[in-house]
Amino acid sequence: MAVYKRSYRSYSGRLTPAWSRFFILTRYAMRGMFHSKFLTAIFVLSFFSPVTCAVLIYLSHNASILSLLHARSKEILSVNGEFFLGFLGVQGGIAFFLTAFVGPSTIAPDLSNGALPLYFCRPFSRAEYVLGKLCSLFYLLSLITWIPALALFLIEANLSGAGWAWEHRSLAFGILLASWIYILMISLIAMALSAWVKWRIAAGALILGVMFFLSGFGAAINAVLDSHVGYYIAPGALITRVCAQVFGLESPVEIPAAGAWIALVAMCGICLLLLSKKIRAFEVVR
Amino acid sequence: MKPVIELEGLGVRFGKRDILKGLTCSLSGRTIGLLGPNGAGKSTLINTLLGFYQPSGGTARIFGHDIRTQIKQIRSVVGYMPENDALIANMTAVSFIRFMAELSGLPSEAALERAHEALFYVGLGESRYRKLGTYSLGMRQLAKLAQAIVHGPKLIILDEPTNGLDPPARQRMIRMIKEMREVHDLHIVLCSHLLRDVEEICEEVLILKEGRIVHYSNLEEERSANRRFVEMEPIGDGAALAKALEEMGCECAFSSERLKAVLSDGLEIRDIYRLAAEREVQLRRLNYRRDTLEDIFLKAMETNGNGSL
Repeated sequence: MAVYKRSYRSYSGRLTPAWSRFFILTRYAMRGMFHSKFLTAIFVLSFFSPVTCAVLIYLSHNASILSLLHARSKEILSVNGEFFLGFLGVQGGIAFFLTAFVGPSTIAPDLSNGALPLYFCRPFSRAEYVLGKLCSLFYLLSLITWIPALALFLIEANLSGAGWAWEHRSLAFGILLASWIYILMISLIAMALSAWVKWRIAAGALILGVMFFLSGFGAAINAVLDSHVGYYIAPGALITRVCAQVFGLESPVEIPAAGAWIALVAMCGICLLLLSKKIRAFEVVR
Repeated sequence: MKPVIELEGLGVRFGKRDILKGLTCSLSGRTIGLLGPNGAGKSTLINTLLGFYQPSGGTARIFGHDIRTQIKQIRSVVGYMPENDALIANMTAVSFIRFMAELSGLPSEAALERAHEALFYVGLGESRYRKLGTYSLGMRQLAKLAQAIVHGPKLIILDEPTNGLDPPARQRMIRMIKEMREVHDLHIVLCSHLLRDVEEICEEVLILKEGRIVHYSNLEEERSANRRFVEMEPIGDGAALAKALEEMGCECAFSSERLKAVLSDGLEIRDIYRLAAEREVQLRRLNYRRDTLEDIFLKAMETNGNGSL
């Protein structure tokens, strides 16, 4: 029978597994993101750095180019921890601006439209909602951080011959860990602010403001107290310290790595707490 | 009949305020009306049944599932139409309804098919590709109804479904709810302060006041019970007719123009006509009289319930 002729009827067909339903939210959120031409443009531009690095890696292994430049492979480019830390630094900056642009549209529209009761009257929990939205940012930011970084790792491994990948496996591990921590931190900050500030533009500005304000405030504390405690409230400094440890490098941020980890976990915890206060079907007015 | 909703001393507290105070009852009708003045706790009760608020005491069960421990099972068989605007404005109706169906567990293709079906069913078929933000208030109500039924729930909770609708749209909404009521194995909870809507649709009515149950009424039973209460307007010797009816075992009250009678068992309407004809009494009007829901509601508002039935 044609759809328009049917009357009300119950559904008795197959159901999707309950654990997988948060991906639905991710799928719809991702679809919405790329409606913006501006976002698409930034997203495309973010591949400039990976492509450049890939070309440089190729050139540094190309004998004819090296002989033409009278250079050795390592003089053009040395693919090591510093290289990947620098690469992720550039990509992380772009990821941060993308998050400031995309992050506010994750939760704020649902809150301003009052749509949360419709999500939570279904077999769908608040945790799944946050996970679904987090995954949408995770996918987007992964495409410009650890996925191209791992692609560069594989290109280098392919060109350097057998054994390089195994010898430098800690780099691959570092790329994944550093990227995931960074993505988790900025995504949670963006989502928490998006939940508290329902106006998209204001939420975007606030994400930028919070990151820069906290960094500035931390630097001011360091200068006034002549200490390094200010780094503990600066997300940028914390992530720099953690990434340096992950890649086994010296860090300009002079705080213990364990302290940086604890501060990052606390920051993520605060964001989750802020989210749990706001992500409710109805706010209880006491 | 198996109960649809069971409340067992259900209490809800926000801060120091008790919003629901030890509600106890068992409802098993196909269509259940929740009535009460503003602030009586109707919406809080619905939100608690859906697991949005944690009970401070007691519990409730829907189809035997406890709201404290089995809320996912409850939510998978319930469709909810909220009172307030709750639609994502920049989505088209069809993609929004499909999205909601997918969240309820329907596979993508089935969700799309049912989204089209639900939108045609509620009368939004022609505007299903329009963004929800461009919908009028009446259309938004219909879209909310579509998302509540798209996954084929066993229980539909409608919170003020006719709010803001013009008379034809209200009639259409009520007709649709009545039509759904006829579907096998579907139950409806209607929360409204419009007595006419509840009276037209519901079999059972629960009246709340200040967080307590003040009255429960099975309208179906009352309707059939009141079939024995007859009011007539006789022309001629009405007193003689009243006397004849009393001799047949009826209770009668005759005023100057009206004769009211509670019919005795076995006495049919045609017997009244026969008695009237034998006494040459004309019956200008004969109808069943019963308390309207408004009468019941107003009586309930004068009482203070203790929360249980």
